[in-house]
Amino acid sequence: MHRLAIALAAAMMAVACGQQNSAGEVSLLNVSYDPTREFYEEFNADFSATYKTEDGRSVKVSMSHSGSGKQARAVMDGLDADVATLALQGDIDLIARNTGKIPADWRGKFASNSAPYTSTIVFVVRKGNPKKIKDWNDLAATGVAVVTPNPKTSGGARWNYLAAWAYGAKTFSGDDARIAKFVGTIYKNAPILDTGARGSTTTFAQREIGDVLITWENEAFLTLDEFGADKFEIVYPSVSILAEPPVAVVEGNADKHGTRKVAEDYLMHLYSPAGQKIAAKHYFRPVNPADADPADVARFKQIEMVRIDDPLFGGWAGAQPKHFDEGALFDQIYQPAR
Amino acid sequence: MTAAAPGAAQTFRWRRRSVLPGFGLSMGYTIAYLSLIVLIPLAGLAISSASLGWTEFWRIATDQRVLKALQLSFGAAMIAAIVNTVFGVLVAWVLVRYRFPGRRWLDAAVDLPFALPTAVAGIALATLYAPNGPFGAILDDWFNIKVGFTPTGVTMALIFVGLPFVVRTVQPVLQEIDRETEEVSATLGAGRWRTVTRVILPGLLPAILTGFALAFARGVGEYGSVIFIAGNLPYQSEIAPLLIIIRLEENNYAGATAIAAIMLVISFAMLLVVNLLQGWSRRYFGHV
Repeated sequence: MHRLAIALAAAMMAVACGQQNSAGEVSLLNVSYDPTREFYEEFNADFSATYKTEDGRSVKVSMSHSGSGKQARAVMDGLDADVATLALQGDIDLIARNTGKIPADWRGKFASNSAPYTSTIVFVVRKGNPKKIKDWNDLAATGVAVVTPNPKTSGGARWNYLAAWAYGAKTFSGDDARIAKFVGTIYKNAPILDTGARGSTTTFAQREIGDVLITWENEAFLTLDEFGADKFEIVYPSVSILAEPPVAVVEGNADKHGTRKVAEDYLMHLYSPAGQKIAAKHYFRPVNPADADPADVARFKQIEMVRIDDPLFGGWAGAQPKHFDEGALFDQIYQPAR
Repeated sequence: MTAAAPGAAQTFRWRRRSVLPGFGLSMGYTIAYLSLIVLIPLAGLAISSASLGWTEFWRIATDQRVLKALQLSFGAAMIAAIVNTVFGVLVAWVLVRYRFPGRRWLDAAVDLPFALPTAVAGIALATLYAPNGPFGAILDDWFNIKVGFTPTGVTMALIFVGLPFVVRTVQPVLQEIDRETEEVSATLGAGRWRTVTRVILPGLLPAILTGFALAFARGVGEYGSVIFIAGNLPYQSEIAPLLIIIRLEENNYAGATAIAAIMLVISFAMLLVVNLLQGWSRRYFGHV
């Protein structure tokens, strides 16, 4: 019922174009991706409780969650979002390029490339780690079943793929053909490609399919919370990728609603000690760890992380066409030998 | 949907006097309504795939992965529709001809696949038929049949969503069939089997064909319930609607519309054949 209420509120908001309602409240619509549900629920409550606009009105934030790419398309097609908090920089770039409602230099508007929290890609294995999975090369071994979503339909899955690629690049010193073969072996060990990260979690945890789940760090911790830490373990690979889920004000919409200032303050609140603390609590790595609870921060293991902006990938603008477009490297994995 | 009766062409005149008033008005509404709901969106599809040009369209249409996906979608829908036709007629027969306690409940249960959100159906089926699910484990251990996350699973999901179409189209026709004709057939010395195949089934054939066509069409387009149980591996268990979604995720709108247009053409051709068969069976066996 609760989720239904939120969905209804979001729908009504969209119709009302985010206008201030009669009770003197300001409404914001935050369009986000899937695994941020629990985090933004708590964060929005904190923001509404502590924040007042300059003329003393309170703010009500509505959420819309779905796959990151789907959300980007919804905003492009006219979903009246005031802020976008998505999984991939590429998705916000798409909105910026196609609608002009977000300025092209949006990454410079907030600190640390407009990513107030980060995450990385880790493994979840069954308790006791029966297949002795320590690192990416163990996923390519015969007889290991790997569960990961489809990079074509899931933003998170693209990070999984790129993290595997980063390991391959290190091992095979940048030889693209051999890296592709290595990553391909991992994907051939996947019996199912779910369409989203949450679907893969269900496949692995509930249907008990596969030996290892590749997923977001926060999703891994949630899996342990949800299905029991006595059944699963988290394994950190030797190298992974730094995922920077970005945030941006959809200025075109916010200006129309007169909510630009509120929207900016809302996103700034993510960088405040309170916001950082809530992020860490929900297993997102805060950009200012000093502000978060040390016990929460201690859960995040420090490992070597490559970045999407490294020359290896050349940002999303380089990675997307090279790996994920139709007929690109990912599609070639599945092409039958001719 | 119905084929014209023979000789209709000669007697048809645009403004024929009819005892029923309001032909112009109702025809106008029909065309306006069909245009708004069906023809305009489909025209949009045709226009946007036309922007591709023939060579590009042909390249997409003959792409191995697209072919495999289409093969799976149409093949699984065909098998599911055939299974549903056989068992749907049986279910309709039992519901119409026999009186037993709980019949009304059973009758209502037939509609559940209509009402249930397809995602719920998909998750339920995936849970049951996954290798560790209650049915999946038995089928796998005893018969070495894998259902979940294989093309068999896709067919299974399509059987589930398609069943009501056959039952609900056959049921009312079966109710209308005069039982006296069966009695006549029996008194004239026909055996039970002969009565069923020569008296009852011919009368039902048009309705069965309609049910088959509906179940098939639904199966081809089904997405929600299938993706949970399909496994979604390219070239193996990837259905055509999923490939369309994948093309959309790549922001390849033209590629997505091309696959959609191919599906539409094949579906239309197949439904046309079914309709011709229907018209033929009406003429051959007479109208019930």
